[in-house]
Amino acid sequence: MIDIVAMALVFCGLFFVLVSSLGLIRLPDFYTRSHALGKSDTLGSILVLGGLALYAGLTLPSFKLLLILAFVALGNPTATHALARAAIRSRHEMWSPEIGAETE
Amino acid sequence: MTTLFLGMTLFLAFLTIVPVLRIVRGPTIYDRALGVGLIGTNTILLLVLIGFIYDRVDMFVDLAIAYAILNFVGIVVVAKYLERRQERS
Repeated sequence: MIDIVAMALVFCGLFFVLVSSLGLIRLPDFYTRSHALGKSDTLGSILVLGGLALYAGLTLPSFKLLLILAFVALGNPTATHALARAAIRSRHEMWSPEIGAETE
Repeated sequence: MTTLFLGMTLFLAFLTIVPVLRIVRGPTIYDRALGVGLIGTNTILLLVLIGFIYDRVDMFVDLAIAYAILNFVGIVVVAKYLERRQERS
């Protein structure tokens, strides 16, 4: 029973990683792509690591998996924020629908 | 159960080719840094899944911890460098 719940969590996590990767290709601007990376990919990682920690039971590697989960949940948005702040400080302009092209 | 893990690992491994497209094509350097971050996060998940396939979870989880820290520090260092370079020029 626990195995089925754990596998369902991992499948949902892999679905979110797929959506995030597709968004990285299809979205038109750097700022929109950092949305896809900072939010959706972090959620996919949390779900996959949580599901695998549930599958491993109550052992030491499961506790370490929860540590990785906490680190990725805090660190991935922070890194994306640092990158986006560097882009804003360099006055990288945003995309608007009048431009029409895919990037910049 | 091992075949299920194997299927998920193969799926995730093929999904790691997608950010390489963004690294090659992305017009600015920020897009390329974003692609590198996504490859790093995918590698963390791949390491843990491979640990479950080979039934040596403890070793591969230690590798995943080290790689998670390296990935985070790498992106932050690149972002800080790009900020300073723009400030100087």
